[in-house]
Amino acid sequence: MEQLTYLGLLVGCLVVTAPLELVLRVRVYARWRRFLLAIVPELAVFVVWVLYAIAQGHWNYSAVRTLDVRLPGGIPVEEVLFFLVVPLCSVLALEAVRRVTGWDAGYPAEEAGLSVQKVRRGAGTFGTGSPRGQA
Amino acid sequence: MSYSTLAVVAVVAVLVVDLAVYRTRMVTRKVFWTAYAIIVFFQLLMNGVLTGLDVVVYDERAIWGPRIAYAPVEDLLFGFAMVTLTLASWAAVNRRANTATRRGLDTDTRPSSTR
Repeated sequence: MEQLTYLGLLVGCLVVTAPLELVLRVRVYARWRRFLLAIVPELAVFVVWVLYAIAQGHWNYSAVRTLDVRLPGGIPVEEVLFFLVVPLCSVLALEAVRRVTGWDAGYPAEEAGLSVQKVRRGAGTFGTGSPRGQA
Repeated sequence: MSYSTLAVVAVVAVLVVDLAVYRTRMVTRKVFWTAYAIIVFFQLLMNGVLTGLDVVVYDERAIWGPRIAYAPVEDLLFGFAMVTLTLASWAAVNRRANTATRRGLDTDTRPSSTR
């Protein structure tokens, strides 16, 4: 059981945020390709950071509170999953706040929610740079 | 470079990316800070467990010293950089994809020339 501490926390994150997709229908899992594309910079930068931190001894990981499966560079498999799960939860949180409040996030609403968002926020939000924005 | 130095550099770098590279300007938006407030609450919770149970152990020489919920304060900078880079990239990807969809640029046919 001890070995599942870190993995269990990650699963907990996914369970706690699941209702945002299932009930609030923020459509983040539904846009999984876009999500994977969006986390490329984060994944690259932070995995390199962790590899450097491990090499320099800035921090280290418990062998008993993790599965102790180390990938090249000594990074635990849970730590790689961390850089997938936490961004996923963060995007879910952003989309949930946006869905509930209708506040502008700087990009057009997703297609499936377009008509609803358009009525609520006015076509102006969508008109930036597009002559068809008002259509 | 120490963890502290890297954490400060990372925060500055993501601000540059958000404001000047992507120009997504997430850090100027109410929707971002509201989401971030929620995220940071859960970060403190999760980080507290990770460091409180010694899943992750820090070298005292690589950090400033002060801790919040067992975790070094640098973790807040690390988390901010990570979340901001993720959300700004998400905004950039969606801005591109959704704008293309509305303009009909995602189809094989060219947009109508009569409009």
